[in-house]
Amino acid sequence: MAANNSSPNLYERMLTIDRRWIFMLLTIVVVVVYMLDLKVPVNVTEEVRTIYERIEGLNEGAVILLGMDYDPSTLAELHPMTYTLLKQCFRKKVKVLVTALHQNGPGMADQAIRESATLHYEATGDSVEYGRDLVFLGYKPYPAIVINSLGQDFHISFPLDYYNTSIDSLPLTQRINNLTQVAAIINISGTSATDYWISYGAAAYNVPLAIGVTGVMATDYYPYLQAGRIFGLMGGLKGAAEYEQLAGNVGSATAGMAMQMWAHLLIIFFIIIGNIGYFMSKMQGAKE
Amino acid sequence: MNFNVEIFWTTVAAFLTLSTFSFLYKDNPFYKFAEHLVVGVSAGYFTMILIVTSLWPKLVDPLRAGNLLYIIPALLGMSMFFRFSKQRSWIARYPIAIYIGIGAGLELVLQFQARVIEQLNATIDIAGGLASEAAAGTLTTGDMINDIIIIVGVICGLAYFYFSKEHTGWFGGMATAGIWVLMVGFGASFGYTVMARISLLIQRVQFLGDWWTALWA
Amino acid sequence: MRRQIPLLLVFLLGTAIVLQEFIPLDFAKAFKEFALDWTIVIGVFAMALGIWSLTKVSMEKVRRRSENWQYSIVALAGLAAMMLFSIWSWATVGIEHALSGYMFVQFFDYVMVPIQATMFSLLAFFIASAAYRAFRARSLLASLLLVAAVIVMLRVVYMGPLSDPVNVMADWIINVPNLAAKRAILVGVGLGIVATALKVILGIERTYLGRD
Repeated sequence: MAANNSSPNLYERMLTIDRRWIFMLLTIVVVVVYMLDLKVPVNVTEEVRTIYERIEGLNEGAVILLGMDYDPSTLAELHPMTYTLLKQCFRKKVKVLVTALHQNGPGMADQAIRESATLHYEATGDSVEYGRDLVFLGYKPYPAIVINSLGQDFHISFPLDYYNTSIDSLPLTQRINNLTQVAAIINISGTSATDYWISYGAAAYNVPLAIGVTGVMATDYYPYLQAGRIFGLMGGLKGAAEYEQLAGNVGSATAGMAMQMWAHLLIIFFIIIGNIGYFMSKMQGAKE
Repeated sequence: MNFNVEIFWTTVAAFLTLSTFSFLYKDNPFYKFAEHLVVGVSAGYFTMILIVTSLWPKLVDPLRAGNLLYIIPALLGMSMFFRFSKQRSWIARYPIAIYIGIGAGLELVLQFQARVIEQLNATIDIAGGLASEAAAGTLTTGDMINDIIIIVGVICGLAYFYFSKEHTGWFGGMATAGIWVLMVGFGASFGYTVMARISLLIQRVQFLGDWWTALWA
Repeated sequence: MRRQIPLLLVFLLGTAIVLQEFIPLDFAKAFKEFALDWTIVIGVFAMALGIWSLTKVSMEKVRRRSENWQYSIVALAGLAAMMLFSIWSWATVGIEHALSGYMFVQFFDYVMVPIQATMFSLLAFFIASAAYRAFRARSLLASLLLVAAVIVMLRVVYMGPLSDPVNVMADWIINVPNLAAKRAILVGVGLGIVATALKVILGIERTYLGRD
């Protein structure tokens, strides 16, 4: 601490720097790395690999339920997971039932489904037929209630799909009535809907469940992984990049890892410098 | 001059993105405009989603098909709007009570199973695995240390959150060990949170980069 | 009666839902389906309350010419525009196109998505600022938290031959002490949820009824 009449020392000035300089430094680092288009290797973890291998191991015609419970605020981390998973399912000819239980999510889910199907067609020449290969059930409020009802009968929550077509008229939903008949649930989520899928979906009806969640949520779900309630976990942009790596798709998640790395180094630098400033400032104050 | 509709809309999105970023310098009319616009557009979007995907198939279609029993939940739902009335707000309690009752019943059983029973089961399984591997002579030092840390960590963490007993003596020691374990857990969460926040920025930079490239292509 | 009947409803429905989980008979399943079905319909109107509230507040701000009232017009215009776009598609083509009309989708993709995504991306800057100004190793516990955080953050940093040991350390932190900590929190929260649910069903917790 400076004496009453002396000017702040270097460390105190360091600690009171205008935060807009910090914002600018972060912007510069991320933009420069983006422009240099750097690449970094991605280390694949076991919890992501199990999801990929489970889908790879499904037979043609098996059905999974994809719960896309996120909105535009988390699409950076979760959209790459969705795209990669859908492409893998289309390639394996695994049928997909999609729900979107966040109120701002259905539009994004619709877009992701259409784009993935188009990209798959452009890459392979195979078309994805709506109703036969994929059904988008859409949105209903209150995920806890909806997920519970999915375990009983899809008709309770979704008598019509997102496009207002009766699910009784769609080949896929003619043969599947509830959650117990799907091979797996994959929940990609940035909300507490994941807790409901675990309790009201997987636990209540004993259906295998894997999750892809934001980085903020990821560490909270390792107890479920260890307990065997979920069989896989993709956490944040790194999890998405790992999945892209396994699937052989270089997408936005893989491309973002270099920027992620340098931004992390910058944050660590800030933590170290901030602490050095703090301790030096304290020591100088103690001397005075 | 050719007008590319795609570029037009992407430019609108880029303008709104940069308007929102301008808040980092200071609050300004561009940011306020974007903020209020997204509030209105989100509300409008959600209203139509609710009407088209929920209200119509779950209420209007069954009523049109002659299933008049659905008038009852419709009336109950509409009575929620009495919340805004000073004299008749008590009417809104009935639908709220139905929802709360059903929700509480579901939560009680299913959350207890998933959060308490299964998690404690898994911890006991670790102890059981530890004992059986030790008996069979297949237990490695690393696995033993990890399993002990998990079992002791869970118990001490729970001890820390038990405030009905004073954290003194041996119990205080357990609570202290618990807070140490919790701090490591929070540190891991913080590390992941930093990654999450940075990823959001990365996606925006990628979007702006793609827009800029498309603009000059 | 204004409080007793709702309390009775909560008790009866809550108890019935709990009991039906343990009764593996058709009538129990049918009751649950019926209850969930009606709850979804009621829930739709509950969600509409929030939208009504927003509209009311914005209109009030404009009427009173409160501070920044002009921006409330922007919010109301956005709300009206989205509804009009969807209703137009519905009226001209059919309900199956109500959510896929051109302007409705364009406003979602190019107005709502970028602004929402950017709003949350501002957090990256705030966390950088917080890292510099607030994350201090003031005590041994705080230091432990920071060290764990730094190791986990280094997971995405490629450091050549050092990457493997760092990944091993980070994986250990996540799968051992973090697992223990989060499990303790999960069990604690689970017990709290169960206690609260019981209090609600038994009528001990009544805050949802509001005041008379």
